[in-house]
Amino acid sequence: MTMPLSKKIVFYSLLIISALAVFAPALMAFVMSFMDNKDIMTGSLPKSLSFDNYLKAFEQFPLLKYLFNSLIVSVVITIGQLILSSLAAYAFVFLEFKGRDILFFLFIATMMVPFEASIIPNFHIIRDLNWIDQYPGLTVPFFATAFGTFLLRQNFKQIPKELREASQIVGMGDFKFYLKVVLPVAKTSLVTLGAYGFLTSWNMYLWPLLSTTNDTVRTVQIGLKQLQTQEQLNDWGVIMSGAIIVIIPTLILLFLGQKQLQKGLTEGAIK
Amino acid sequence: MSMSNPGIPSSTEITEISFENVKKKQRVKSFTKGMLFLLPSIVLFGAFLFYPLFKTMYLSFFLTNARGETTVFVGLQNYIEMFTSPIFHQSMKSTFLFVLYTVPTTIIIALLLAVLANEKLKGIGFFRTIFSSTMGISVAAASVFWLYMFHPSIGFLNQILSLFGVESIGWLTDPKWALIAVAVTTIWMNLGFTFLVLLGGLQSIDSYLYESADIDGAGYFHKLRRITIPMLSPTLFFVITVTIINAFQTFGQIDILTQGGPQNSTNLIVYSIYREAFTNYQFGTASAQAIVLFIIILIMTIIQFKLGERKVHYQ
Repeated sequence: MTMPLSKKIVFYSLLIISALAVFAPALMAFVMSFMDNKDIMTGSLPKSLSFDNYLKAFEQFPLLKYLFNSLIVSVVITIGQLILSSLAAYAFVFLEFKGRDILFFLFIATMMVPFEASIIPNFHIIRDLNWIDQYPGLTVPFFATAFGTFLLRQNFKQIPKELREASQIVGMGDFKFYLKVVLPVAKTSLVTLGAYGFLTSWNMYLWPLLSTTNDTVRTVQIGLKQLQTQEQLNDWGVIMSGAIIVIIPTLILLFLGQKQLQKGLTEGAIK
Repeated sequence: MSMSNPGIPSSTEITEISFENVKKKQRVKSFTKGMLFLLPSIVLFGAFLFYPLFKTMYLSFFLTNARGETTVFVGLQNYIEMFTSPIFHQSMKSTFLFVLYTVPTTIIIALLLAVLANEKLKGIGFFRTIFSSTMGISVAAASVFWLYMFHPSIGFLNQILSLFGVESIGWLTDPKWALIAVAVTTIWMNLGFTFLVLLGGLQSIDSYLYESADIDGAGYFHKLRRITIPMLSPTLFFVITVTIINAFQTFGQIDILTQGGPQNSTNLIVYSIYREAFTNYQFGTASAQAIVLFIIILIMTIIQFKLGERKVHYQ
């Protein structure tokens, strides 16, 4: 089934035009990050390209520190989410006990509460725990996720029940079965959820804005906001270089895991 | 030794009792085990979701000091003030307009891109990557990109306008345009995710449907209307509700692009809550607004569950 050439040309030109349109803002920022401020301000095409803006951004701002903080926060949230949601998903698939359905409903109910609606008491809780400007304050509230639990539950359900029965005959306990059989079998789903968790935590904005007041644990997103507000005097090259640095890790992750993510999101959403 | 004496009847009694006991023990054991697996999630949901939600309701009936401690019980006063405040009216109006601007546009553009990218062509993987790329771009970075695009003098959009001799627009400073500017940024940001989900939906449509349509000699647009769209409806439904919910939760773009201005035209509900609570320290009224947000999202989620009942996996 091959397409006629004329149709191919139509499709390719549509694809190229839309790709350019979608990517234009990011592409312009990328080019600007190598441009001289004079060229940017006069709106001319770049006469010379250099890494000066990047050097300046790293010199004037503790960008490395911010990047490191973001990395810690995202990795910790990702691991926390993987552990908690895989444990919960295991209980919902393999364990039978009274009250399971009520608890399942409770998990569904969490999807009806937007974090923004409970942000005021959350802020006070973190403050009273002395977790402002601390890693736990940025991470622990996000460990439990209904989305992750449902995604893994969907995957665990495909593991044959006979496998569990066989393991019971051998005398394998639930925790050991979870650790030795279920987790390795569900590896791809765990990777998908991990990638998604990392992506969303790296990109968090409102909560880090509230729960950090200085540079000790401030994440790179808030760092970028600071860079932008302090460089308001129009050093666009430096601002853009900061923005490019912020998006590189997640873009790499997305490029590597795009197929996986797409499958995972569709599975998590619809079945 | 004395086994012979009581005889058979009592021994069956004993086994019956112990059988009941064992069953009960088993139940307790399996309940404990289940709880142990679920406890971490339940504790954290309790501490950082359910408790704060009830605390928000509680706070909404009080006046507070700057530390957020309740001072005076005012009953429904916060709600009455909120619903009579012109600023809150403006905020609700902007929020709903914003949803109206962003949701249909995001979905239509993402759907077009997904249909294009679903063709089996050489190098299609590259285009799929480009189309999904905005999913990897954070709110902060995206807002900074568009801050430049909207810049009054050097911004790309006004430069294009000036090429055509059109007078430049104060995208972020003109109350007529600011909400649209924020909406454009949001549409762009959400394209990647929406595209990826819709593409997944398209790819799960059975190809034999298209093959038999081909045999019948159906044209491209006929297939699009008769097969693609109906088969995609569960995915579309999911994407619509998620996009609406996301739109109600918009914050970062506002904080970087407009700070709620000009003249409160972009003071969407989450930004309004944020400003009321963390710059004005009016935690009571901010909580009342948060409850409004909660109810809106609650209704949206219930609609999603009810209408998508058979299509949503956790039912």
